[in-house]
Amino acid sequence: MAENTVNLTIEGRPVSVPAGTSILEAAKTAGVLIPHYCYHSGLPVAGVCRMCLVEVEKMPKLAPACATTVGEGQVVHVYSEKALEARKGVLEFLLINHPLDCPICDQSGECELQDYTFAEGRADSRYREPKRFDPAEDFGGDVLYVKNRCILCTRCVRFMDDVHETTALAVVERGDRAFIGKAPDADLTQPWAANVVDLCPVGALLSKDFLNKARAWELDRTASVCTGCSQGCNITVEMRDNAVMRFKPRANEHVNKFFMCDAGRFSYRDLNRADRLEHPLVAGMAADWETALAAAAKALQGRKAHVVASPSLSNEALYLLKKLAAKTGATVRYHVAQGPEAPLPGVDDLALRADRAANATACELFGFTRTDDVLAGLNAGDVVIAAGDVLEGLGADALAKVGAVIAIGTLRPTTTVATVALPIATVVEEEGTFTNLRGRVQRFLQAKQAPGLARPSWYVLADLLASLGEKAGFHTASEAFDALAVGEAPFAGLSYGALALSGAVVQGAAAGAK
Amino acid sequence: MGYPHKSHPRETAVLSKYFGDAEARTLDGWKKRGGYRALEQALQMAPADVVNVVKDSGLRGRGGAGFPTGVKWSFMKIGDGKPHYLCCNADESEPGTFKDREIMRWTPHALIEGCAVGAYAIGAETAYIYVRGEFTECIRRLNDALKEAYAANILGANAMGTGKRIDVYVHSGAGAYICGEETALMNSLEGKRGNPRIKPPFPAVAGLFGMPTTINNVETLAAVPHILINGAEWYKAMSLSSPKSTGTKLFSVCGNVARPGNYEIVMGFPFKDFLYDLCGGPLPGRKFKGVIPGGCSVPIQTMEEAEATMMDYEGFVAQGTMLGSGGVIIFDDAQSIPRMTARHARFYAHESCAQCTQCREGTAWTTKILDRIVAGQGTFEDLDTLLEMAENMTGKTICVLSDSCATVVVSALQKYRHEFEALITGKRSSSVAATPGAAA
Repeated sequence: MAENTVNLTIEGRPVSVPAGTSILEAAKTAGVLIPHYCYHSGLPVAGVCRMCLVEVEKMPKLAPACATTVGEGQVVHVYSEKALEARKGVLEFLLINHPLDCPICDQSGECELQDYTFAEGRADSRYREPKRFDPAEDFGGDVLYVKNRCILCTRCVRFMDDVHETTALAVVERGDRAFIGKAPDADLTQPWAANVVDLCPVGALLSKDFLNKARAWELDRTASVCTGCSQGCNITVEMRDNAVMRFKPRANEHVNKFFMCDAGRFSYRDLNRADRLEHPLVAGMAADWETALAAAAKALQGRKAHVVASPSLSNEALYLLKKLAAKTGATVRYHVAQGPEAPLPGVDDLALRADRAANATACELFGFTRTDDVLAGLNAGDVVIAAGDVLEGLGADALAKVGAVIAIGTLRPTTTVATVALPIATVVEEEGTFTNLRGRVQRFLQAKQAPGLARPSWYVLADLLASLGEKAGFHTASEAFDALAVGEAPFAGLSYGALALSGAVVQGAAAGAK
Repeated sequence: MGYPHKSHPRETAVLSKYFGDAEARTLDGWKKRGGYRALEQALQMAPADVVNVVKDSGLRGRGGAGFPTGVKWSFMKIGDGKPHYLCCNADESEPGTFKDREIMRWTPHALIEGCAVGAYAIGAETAYIYVRGEFTECIRRLNDALKEAYAANILGANAMGTGKRIDVYVHSGAGAYICGEETALMNSLEGKRGNPRIKPPFPAVAGLFGMPTTINNVETLAAVPHILINGAEWYKAMSLSSPKSTGTKLFSVCGNVARPGNYEIVMGFPFKDFLYDLCGGPLPGRKFKGVIPGGCSVPIQTMEEAEATMMDYEGFVAQGTMLGSGGVIIFDDAQSIPRMTARHARFYAHESCAQCTQCREGTAWTTKILDRIVAGQGTFEDLDTLLEMAENMTGKTICVLSDSCATVVVSALQKYRHEFEALITGKRSSSVAATPGAAA
């Protein structure tokens, strides 16, 4: 490796990077963010915005940092007078036709044109001519194109062309008449198309779903994992007033690079549902936790249990469910909903997976039985423990003959068969881990408060186990995970803290793991 | 020049010898005039020897940059296992330039022969001639000539009976100035939008279809057969000045001049004699005011500078401009420099490919300010803004379209500032004669 390493100096700091690295990426390792618009780590280099111009000693002209590879002994000045003047010029050019409508622009607060103008731009404009005006255009799907704000960085075009590998967008016209054009009859309804909104550095491509809903600075952001399928894309949950406003993809080079699919993106809506189970129910009547847990323990007494698990529960919850099944002599069955697989062609091993559940891998690792008929083998008089909103799919008829039903879920049971209903938190209301289809264990954090008396799923299951006389002995998700890492061989060696925010891979999954 | 005027005795007709001679267009006629002897000779030489002859001749690119042709060819590594390509840049989109058009109209076989020799020299089996789409006659003439050349087995799988494959294709452009930029031309040829590419990689490493490519101007390639037949020394001897500028050069003359047209002279010819003797000087009753000597992308010269110029690569640079493509645009005392500058800027604003910010926005903004000045609404601050903007547009973009726009504005403002100021203060520019239609 040594001969492939290039040593250079960026802003006076020594940097060693692999040969072939761009100056822009090398600068990041030195903690210097060179301003840029068209460059994006997940897209091919275009070198068109000319914002990342830096001064490199012994080069006759300023160099675009995104398109210039590092050279041995280079000395790079990001903030030299010449470089600053050039970038100030670019900012002035970008702003001459850009409307100063930040107060009504959704991008405001997370706009790179705002940020860099504030950092390096002119305080005034010398532009005295009329600005050009074009009406906004609906690009279909979730995407609105506000032509006036477009700086033609072409990130969206390159994403659709080179990553989505679909002919949908192109630069149309020339000179200052140029704009992003959509191919006729090609609405941006492709499964990953809404990523263009995230990629747009300004307010030119906006989410119709998020339009005028919240300002960027009002949002509280929490790292999480998408539960839409078994890919486990890393996301940021963005909240306002205890409601989820949107999901944004969070970069993880092992899982989703910089992207997430539209189906996952809009799955946030399920987390704002009003029909939540907010307190335990015993025979349809509200109860406190002690009463409900006692009722559940009583229902299990002397009966055979039959556990149906949701494959979207956390590793911790599934681990406790396994212990619960062992205690009551039950088998655990789970059903994984299916949907069409939709790969993102330009990224290796990234797709909206057919398995539309976050944690089917953990179910498999725990030895649960995957089946389409989760009630198979159910005998009259058995107790059904339905964990994770799986009751609705089972139907009242099938459950008519059972002795009791313990429903553990986030939603109010619509059927009245539940003997005991225990309210749990949703994925954004608790913390824990999921295992994705490549065996990567990833943490999600708590973004909002659970409603009413609802408690984290691992907490409820630990309590239920305790009411059967088996003390779990842990009080946080972290302790639950560490117990799981000790108790379950595939998870051996993992610790909650060391998972950090990019996760780690379970034993034996390393070969196929990403 | 030979067409449409009679050739001037002080011209040296090499490339333009058969302009106006319809028989030279046909294969038989061309062969009678010595055609395809150079190709025959080249195919018997080693490619490296052909490159060396061209290198020795001192031939430099006639498209504008003046890069030594033989050196460019020597960048192509024969035997690297990749297909090589030769591109002939026949886009000739530089305003004021129309020399390649005449070569293609009258002597299409000269270009085809040049392409075939060039392709052989760089180890390519395929040459593409990218012709400006508006040049419909050129495209027709070239295709007719190609048909004849293939029928006579001059081109094809067994070129001249040597067993070597040389194919030449004519490709029509679609009407963009920027497609005369070499990498934009390659994108256009590949069927993509004609946007210039970031360099490096240079075409000799990754050009057309990502393969090693050499791109030469029409006039450059058309000169190669003459060099092979007559020798490098013969070509080198055709220079009145610097040994770095050799051979003959075609100049296209247009504007306010008595005899516009194409003129072929040896390098180092005095520009003063060229303007007043060959081109016949100004129109009756007029005086020359200035010249843009190398297509509209080079700085304007005052007459003082122009009259002191020796017409070669170094001579033009010594007098504050460049030889460029050899498109001489002359304007007399009836023309308004601000109005002409605004027209130039509008051209660049129209033709900017819209990739780089400085070019896309700068050319349009420059045009708007200049239009306002011409309309009598300008301010002195505008002149400062124009110059500072020009600084921001120079040396910061992928290609030089933005620099070209800035060049015109800066040279006009430096050399004819009083005309801009006269428009701003509302006083008629004293140097613009009263002519109906001339804005002042």
